[in-house]
Amino acid sequence: MKRIYLDHNATTPVDPAVLEAMMPFFREQFGNASSVHEFGRVTRMAVDRARDSIAKFLGISSASELVFTSGGTESDNFAVLGVAKALRDKGQHIVTSAIEHSAILNTCKFLEKEGYKVTYLKVDEHGLVDLDELRDSLTGDTILVSIMLANNEIGTIQPIEEIARMVKGKGIAFHVDAVQAIGKIPVDVKKLGVDLLSLSGHKFHGPKGVGAIYIRKGTAITTYQHGGHQERNRRAGTENVPGIVGMGKAVDLAREHMAAESARMTALRDRLHRGIANTIKYVRLNGHPELRLPNTLNIGFKFVEGESILLNLDMEGIAASTGSACTSGSLEPSHVLTAMAVDAADAQGSIRFSLGKDNTEEEIDYVIGILPPIIERLRKMSPLYNG
Amino acid sequence: MEGTYSEKVMAHFRNPHNVGEIPDASGVGKVGNPQCGDIMNLYIKVENNVITDAKFKTFGCGAAIATSSMITDLVRGKTLEEAVKISNRTVIEALDGLPPIKRHCSVLAEDALKLAIEDYRKKQGV
Repeated sequence: MKRIYLDHNATTPVDPAVLEAMMPFFREQFGNASSVHEFGRVTRMAVDRARDSIAKFLGISSASELVFTSGGTESDNFAVLGVAKALRDKGQHIVTSAIEHSAILNTCKFLEKEGYKVTYLKVDEHGLVDLDELRDSLTGDTILVSIMLANNEIGTIQPIEEIARMVKGKGIAFHVDAVQAIGKIPVDVKKLGVDLLSLSGHKFHGPKGVGAIYIRKGTAITTYQHGGHQERNRRAGTENVPGIVGMGKAVDLAREHMAAESARMTALRDRLHRGIANTIKYVRLNGHPELRLPNTLNIGFKFVEGESILLNLDMEGIAASTGSACTSGSLEPSHVLTAMAVDAADAQGSIRFSLGKDNTEEEIDYVIGILPPIIERLRKMSPLYNG
Repeated sequence: MEGTYSEKVMAHFRNPHNVGEIPDASGVGKVGNPQCGDIMNLYIKVENNVITDAKFKTFGCGAAIATSSMITDLVRGKTLEEAVKISNRTVIEALDGLPPIKRHCSVLAEDALKLAIEDYRKKQGV
């Protein structure tokens, strides 16, 4: 059966060029990057090269401000826990949004148990953070603001530069989870004006198990993982050399192809949106109509439940995902859609299509053709539908 | 994804039995809410103390649709006394199991059946 992958916000396949770049570092160049001998020097150089390349891509002036981690979750934990600990004596208030990834939300919940206060900012119907609420929430006790650049479920892009201006000069650290944005839209830490920024390799055709965090020079942060002297004492543990090299290569590819790919992806995404809207009644776009990742389309199908749509799509070889966390162990509707005041039944019937560089127009048209009978069949079964 | 469900569940999900409403139903059981992700309406037709027909309309996940389909199969031809004994366990076993987080769907199906029978008895003035 033909398989169509439309779940790139979950993870992406490693690009063949990335895999090729990584391969030597499993067998021939296996040295520990901390070793002084030739084996170590070779891998140290490879790690530094990747660091330089990624730093340049993100507008980081000194590559030493970039610390490699095991991925987005570790970077987010490092940022939130590290700043909270470093600035504990200054204050114990953190501001974030209600639609953050669980790597931020659950870390904040953990800190609440430790006595910190957390403000979870509301968002509007498109998923944009309420800037007035943000301004009003900042107090003398606030030490950290953490807002994601682009949301993983709906793709909405936050006004990070504006937020940075509000936060600036108040002695508050500003962290941005850019995991979902890297490789899809331009990200420049200087332009954004952030102190900390998280990224993850496997979201843009790099390998899993590797990520990084940008820590602007002068940002107060306590080390999160203790041990050896790697990463200038900021993140202990032998470097994941193949992973780091792979992420570096993925950045090189993004630098080369992102602009053209984004345009192509936007066209495909909008083709899918139009195709669905033209053939199926009672659908709604979840997310901002314009300020949205070029690859992300979250659609609410009224009167039907998301998992049953996904199962049907899966039987046709199409991989997408629900906005709801139904399959991941929670029965509650998506916290993102709930925060956007989407009605519970509509939230349960929302599907995220996230496109990638291998998707074609033929694939999109195939999906457009497959969907209407699936939705119609499920609606006929639904007690909420009278059509 | 299919791997999380048994073959039986997938078979019922693919081709659910007894979808629809019974316009002159003897009893109706409505359970669930959108917050938990499942809404189930179960309709039964009772003649001479025997359930002669059962149909359902369900908004829900694969497990919710499969359990609806299975329980409507199970109750057909049963006396009310037999039907009332059908538990969520019976439904789970008939479906060759459900993933732990989906067990509540079978509870929902049992509740819908009990409510439908109760509704019938109420209408009968029993």
